[in-house]
Amino acid sequence: MTRRNFRSALAMAAGMAVILGAAGAAGAQSITVVSGGGAYSNSQVEAYHKPFMDEAGVTVNSADYNFDLGPIRAQVEAGNVHWDVADVEEHQAIRGCAEGLFEEVDVTAMPAAADGTPAEDDFIEGTFSECAIGTIIFSTVYAYDERQFAEQDEKPSTLSDFFDVEKFPGRRGIQSKAQGTLEFALMADGVAPEDVYDVLSTEEGMNRAFAVLEKVKDDAVWWETGAQSVQILADGEVAMTVSWNGRIQSAIDEDELPVKIVWDHQMWMLNMWSIPKGGENVELARDFISFASQPERMAEQTKYIPYAPVRTSALETIPDEIARTLPTHPDNFANALKFDASWWADHGDRTENRFTSWLAR
Amino acid sequence: MPLLAFIVVFFALPLVDMMARSFYDPKVADSLPETMRVLDTWDFEGLPPEAAYASVAGELLDLNEAGTLGSLALQLNHEIAGARTILLRTANELDGDDAAADGSFQDRLISIHPQWGEQEFWSTLKIMGEAFTLRHYLGAFDHRYDAMGEIVARPEYEQIHLMLFGRTLWASALIVLLTLLLGFPIAYHIANSPPHVGNLLLILVLLPFWTALLVRTAAWIVLLQQQGVLNDLLVALGLISDDGRLRMMHNMTGTIVAMTHIMLPFMVLPLYSVMKSIPPVHMRAAASLGAPPFLAFVRVYLPQTKPGIGAGCILVFILCIGYYITPALVGGRTGQFISSFVAYHIQQSLNWGLAAALSGVILVAVLLLYLLYSRVFGGDSIRLG
Repeated sequence: MTRRNFRSALAMAAGMAVILGAAGAAGAQSITVVSGGGAYSNSQVEAYHKPFMDEAGVTVNSADYNFDLGPIRAQVEAGNVHWDVADVEEHQAIRGCAEGLFEEVDVTAMPAAADGTPAEDDFIEGTFSECAIGTIIFSTVYAYDERQFAEQDEKPSTLSDFFDVEKFPGRRGIQSKAQGTLEFALMADGVAPEDVYDVLSTEEGMNRAFAVLEKVKDDAVWWETGAQSVQILADGEVAMTVSWNGRIQSAIDEDELPVKIVWDHQMWMLNMWSIPKGGENVELARDFISFASQPERMAEQTKYIPYAPVRTSALETIPDEIARTLPTHPDNFANALKFDASWWADHGDRTENRFTSWLAR
Repeated sequence: MPLLAFIVVFFALPLVDMMARSFYDPKVADSLPETMRVLDTWDFEGLPPEAAYASVAGELLDLNEAGTLGSLALQLNHEIAGARTILLRTANELDGDDAAADGSFQDRLISIHPQWGEQEFWSTLKIMGEAFTLRHYLGAFDHRYDAMGEIVARPEYEQIHLMLFGRTLWASALIVLLTLLLGFPIAYHIANSPPHVGNLLLILVLLPFWTALLVRTAAWIVLLQQQGVLNDLLVALGLISDDGRLRMMHNMTGTIVAMTHIMLPFMVLPLYSVMKSIPPVHMRAAASLGAPPFLAFVRVYLPQTKPGIGAGCILVFILCIGYYITPALVGGRTGQFISSFVAYHIQQSLNWGLAAALSGVILVAVLLLYLLYSRVFGGDSIRLG
């Protein structure tokens, strides 16, 4: 190292120390919110982080992770929590809660709706627990290619139509996984959403679901990734496909794909806010979650991403043309099924094995 | 010496480790040692003794404390639906119990979850608790232990491996036949061309061999898919209608076509090297002794190529039965080999024991074939070039 390089390195180190020192001093006034990244995190930054920074004078840092509990578990167990708020999928929230990874959060402490309805009545049923508060709802739906049914008067409108290849000819895109697929098969066969998991828990119910799938087995294209599901629809390889509402909606909005979502018997799941246990900014984290749980903030997020707010009153303030594209719009939500992640945690192994064997046969 | 060490460390040891997993699975036995000792004396009749309940209660609490209950639950979940909930709930509720509580552990556990009162739950636990076990191999042949510890066939909807072994074998045999039919004339032509033509042809054979496997497979996807080159051509020629495009991919046809192409060099090269060493004077001698060309070929030339045919066939066959990536990409639902289930159990279901047993069956099948071959043709008749 030459003398000059050494000196500049020294200067740089000193500069770093100043910056680090400043960050340390402001430490109490900043929180880190971790989420899935991409367009989703971006919608949260616009709808929640930026306004919260303006209002509370607190720096909100956005971090990305892949919705895996591992890093949260590691931080809590090491007593070195640097993620103050975590956006987690519901099944991870249930598991993390059981493992004691999260602080308690109280839904009754969330702001009431504009008309005074308390938060616990305004949140859709099943979207909060003692250690996590729901933030968005997304769902598994099917969508059909309007070009392929242009000459037909009757369009696919129910879930049963998806499995009816005589009435609506054409190949079907289905995820090559039992999870989600069996629920759809049962509901298409007339099982009410509230009975789906009870029926699926019995041998006959399981056989019944497979019998429905058998009808489309040879007409199906079995996809692996969400990107594939949209691709086969865009390529005209299938007439309809199961997919996630966000993916289909952005294909409609951004790529102007002529497809239509059928919401009948959709299957919804949610993401939730939680606070990893033992962080330094727990109170600030609670403030952030309260702030982000205001109906108008939630409504704001739908401008950036087609996921639905978990509060009924938030939906009312959203312009109709956007609201209609969301899972929780009353026209879409009537006979929706809530995905049961804990049922799958118990029955997933054997059921997926059976499904994979069935598929290869 | 360094090569030997390299082979031992990076090839032999992982292989031995993987094979060991197929019959040695100590996870449950190590997690619940006391319970398993008690269950050793239980003969599957009725419910196990109170001592089993008492020891499993204690051991679940210890595991919960140590934070390893989850991985045991994951293991049991492969065979017992709901095992995860049963174990976690039991450990959590026991944790809240008063240490001095009286009454039997049997009643307490059954009150936490009724499965503790099921004979089948305990028998599955006992079977999974055997560190040295045949259950993975039974699984590989679509069998299992029932509640009384007897070997029975798995329910029909779970049977898949035997069918896939069968499919893998006949498809591999077909690919061997196709590569032989295609490869033999090519090899003959290369071996009997003037050197500069022969070298050029050899390079043409080797060129795809040097191209990345994924590129070659993707090229077949472009050719074979329903909106692909071949279908477009057939439609343009008016041989098929636009609605009647052929499904040549995502089924067994796709697998056979792509695999035949990918395996071709492995057939051509051994054949070529053997043919190169056959002096052309043999055929001329046969002709001069009055043999018509066909007879001369069958009686004089063909027998001399036998080592090449043998080597090519066995090489292609062995490569085929363990092949994964090409069937996975172009085979769709019905063109998969047994390797797809090895991959499934390694990557998705995380049932490594079963994956190891499936690989073990493939390994034994290859060894048997090799032995059979060397018995029939003699061990040194294989020439790999």
